[in-house]
Amino acid sequence: MSSDIETIAIKQAAHVAEKHEEDSKTLFGFWLYLMTDCVLFASLFATYAVLHNNTFGGQSAHQLFSLPYALTETLILLTSSFTCGLAVLAAQSKRKNQVISWLSVTFVLGISFLSMELTEFSRLAASNNSWHRSGFLSSFFTLVGTHGLHITIGLLWMFVMIFRLYKGSIGRTTIRQLTLFSLFWHFLDVIWIFIFTIVYLLGGIGV
Amino acid sequence: MNRPKIVISLHEPSSSYKSYVVGFVLSLICTLSAYVLVVNNLVSKKWGLALIVSTLALMQFITQLTLFLHLGKETKPRLRLLVFSFMVGVVVILVGGSIWIMYNLNYHMLTPSQINNYVKKQDGGI
Repeated sequence: MSSDIETIAIKQAAHVAEKHEEDSKTLFGFWLYLMTDCVLFASLFATYAVLHNNTFGGQSAHQLFSLPYALTETLILLTSSFTCGLAVLAAQSKRKNQVISWLSVTFVLGISFLSMELTEFSRLAASNNSWHRSGFLSSFFTLVGTHGLHITIGLLWMFVMIFRLYKGSIGRTTIRQLTLFSLFWHFLDVIWIFIFTIVYLLGGIGV
Repeated sequence: MNRPKIVISLHEPSSSYKSYVVGFVLSLICTLSAYVLVVNNLVSKKWGLALIVSTLALMQFITQLTLFLHLGKETKPRLRLLVFSFMVGVVVILVGGSIWIMYNLNYHMLTPSQINNYVKKQDGGI
């Protein structure tokens, strides 16, 4: 009798270990994707670095961008990255309502960030400074726009996760998905550090 | 019965909460100090200011990598760290190489008036 229970326990343990290995493989695969995405962003940064002085007689970064506005965007995204981490922690201790509320906060902050970015884009386009104005603005819109596209995908992903959490309970799949999502969201914040520094701060200095 | 503990995430929750708070505060300090330095123009030399701001960005980058993305906290073999270092290598070659090549190209390319002067000088010399 006791040996039966032991066999079951061993089988269960093996099953858990197998699932765990599967999860860390998924995590590693996602990490590989993030690293290739870094290379994509690096090529856009290189393009920006090369073209940022080619304003074709138009306004330069120093005259076009508002630093307080960019700082607000940065702080919003940084806070959303933090609340996303708190959502993962809440999921690990299986507190469903807490996960939903932290994810919702992250979602609202992400939406505010995206709308600020789009407002800036439309302001630039309205003042005859859209992407076809100069090489500098083409590279700016490509770089920041690609980041905004990633943010949009992240928001969709978050929306689906909040909906599924609302309907179901926190299982292994949920925690795995949430961990992957948090990697993605933190990664976007890391990319934004460089956009803020290179485009806005160094642009403001006029280097 | 000694059933193994189910460990799903790669990091334990107790230390993580602290790491997120510390990461958040450090990132805030880096962002705000860089912003204040630039807006108030606290460093007189342009390139010096650029260097300080870049260093602050790099510090924030490392902070977020270790405290938010938990890089380097995995068990051996550290495949994530390995892939990451290859990525850094590719990025340095890609960005550094592009800037270097394009700078050289600008340097070696003469403007039309410069070319005219050059041709005139050559003709006059003969």
